[in-house]
Amino acid sequence: MAQVKLRGVTKSFGAVQVIKGVDLDIGHREFVVFVGPSGCGKSTLLRLIAGLEDITSGELLIDGERMNAALPSQRGVAMVFQSYALYPHMSVFENMAFGLKLAKADKATVDERVRQAARILQIEELLQRKPRQLSGGQRQRVAIGRAITRNPKVFLFDEPLSNLDAALRVQMRIELSRLHEELGTTMVYVTHDQVEAMTLANRIVVLNAGRVEQVGAPLELYQHPRNLFVAGFLGSPRMNFIKGVAEAVRPGQLTVRLPGGAPLAVPVKNGSRGVQAGTEVTVGIRPEHVVAPERADAVLKGGVLVVEQLGAESFMYVRTEGEQTVVARRDPSIGVRPSELVQVGLQAKACHVFGPDGLAV
Amino acid sequence: MGGARRIVGRAFFYLLVAAIVVYTVFPFYWAIVSSLKEGSALYRVEALPPDPAWGNYAAIFAQQNFGRNILNSVIVAASVVAISLFLSVTAAYALGRIEFRGRKLMLLTILSVSMFPQVAVLSGMFELVSWLGLYDTLGSLVLSYLILTLPFTTWVLTTFVRELPKELEEAALVDGAKPFTIIRKVFLPIMWPALATTGLLAFITAWNEFMFAITFTLSNAKRTVPVAIALISGASRFELPWGRVMAASVIVTVPLVVLVLIFQRRIVSGLTAGAVKG
Repeated sequence: MAQVKLRGVTKSFGAVQVIKGVDLDIGHREFVVFVGPSGCGKSTLLRLIAGLEDITSGELLIDGERMNAALPSQRGVAMVFQSYALYPHMSVFENMAFGLKLAKADKATVDERVRQAARILQIEELLQRKPRQLSGGQRQRVAIGRAITRNPKVFLFDEPLSNLDAALRVQMRIELSRLHEELGTTMVYVTHDQVEAMTLANRIVVLNAGRVEQVGAPLELYQHPRNLFVAGFLGSPRMNFIKGVAEAVRPGQLTVRLPGGAPLAVPVKNGSRGVQAGTEVTVGIRPEHVVAPERADAVLKGGVLVVEQLGAESFMYVRTEGEQTVVARRDPSIGVRPSELVQVGLQAKACHVFGPDGLAV
Repeated sequence: MGGARRIVGRAFFYLLVAAIVVYTVFPFYWAIVSSLKEGSALYRVEALPPDPAWGNYAAIFAQQNFGRNILNSVIVAASVVAISLFLSVTAAYALGRIEFRGRKLMLLTILSVSMFPQVAVLSGMFELVSWLGLYDTLGSLVLSYLILTLPFTTWVLTTFVRELPKELEEAALVDGAKPFTIIRKVFLPIMWPALATTGLLAFITAWNEFMFAITFTLSNAKRTVPVAIALISGASRFELPWGRVMAASVIVTVPLVVLVLIFQRRIVSGLTAGAVKG
């Protein structure tokens, strides 16, 4: 069992506060991903859990035990670094055995644990090699192996895949998922790559400027972003934001006048949250929900800027009324050309409305 | 046209190389040749002596106890290397890795100590040596040479430690290593080229030092090689035994040349370490 609890955790470097009060519960066997733009404090938060940085205020509990002052090795955590950080002068076996040897495990145990980890990661034939004789992917496996042998309560990953090439990254991503299944250990994973976050996580923690923006299952965050930041951060290409003015507020429904003059009646669950007729709002809609005009509740006219062909799909960038760019996902067979005049349609039920404070209505 | 210019340029280049080689190697060549001559043969100009005489080499060991001087030099230089490497490695870890108040001031102080002219510290050092009761012992030399070697070994190793990736240390911390274990098991093996370089430079400094050596030692049994060579005397005070002086010089230079050749690769990689990421 391993639960990690953060209570009002802050971290300051000198006068600069980089973590501004984080409350988080990470449950047993959970795979939690911290995601956010660079400089949002996600790596710092991970390092606070690891014990590589001191917590300025607040509490860190691992299995109910206060760990603020504990040494990294006493916290029962293992960490995988972005740069692998393998000891260059030791063989793979020695790298993986280092922690156990320091903990004075007997030789048979060390041998057994290392071989078991090597078997799980399929690096048994590499055990006698030195790190410099390994490829990037193999090094990353050894770094993970070094974490596994210590049999930690919590695995911490700091952008472990960002030094790998695209193909290898996809492969390692799948292996990490499998590893999580197999080991059944709590894992905390930091990345700036939202695809990694979406595919790996049980729960995603979106961070921005030292604060938690939203916590939830990947699809929950994707479908119900709490604010403009989360809505814009998850999804590629990002969600379209269209400025509009609220026209009529009725229970369960908010009518927005779009730049071209078309009204759009968006169903809202949470009530109007202070949005009244005349309030400026932002309508968010994902590229896959920008449909052909005949299936839409409202239509925007515009000229095509660019068409990106990705093979399985294509993205059409349209400059619409109100000088906004709207991205629409289309079938690759679509025959539009740049500067052609087109109409794009919005489906009301797929739209999100954000108030002037950036929060979802 | 272009070809002719290239040939002239080449010729000039090799001429320059030859000049540099002659300039650097000639003194050593001259020492070897002179050491193989005895008596009036010294005053004949010859490329190579036709009948090399080894008498000078035998004489310095037979008449002077030069073996004792070499042993002294080895003891002093080796202790200086061992002590300064130990102290500077531990200092480098602290100065390179741990943030503390006055760190920069300390580094600058260390650097400025290495710039003191030796004469300036000589009298103060003499007081210290006699106060510690080390006068005319090898200990006085080890102590005073540390002043010459410690600043640059510390400085070079600090730079090297700073270049080491921080994640290595953090990985070791997470693995449960204490600071001293990190130095011993992680840093030292990686720093080995830098250690070889700085160690060798410290060795050369200690091996060649003259001023402290002649000031702090009195008896021949405590003298190191440079002093012993300077004090080699002839049969009368009007004779300077060049042959023996040269023989002694050759004997003490050879170990240095051998050491440098052995560590050649290491020195280069150590001196450029940190210049570019390896």
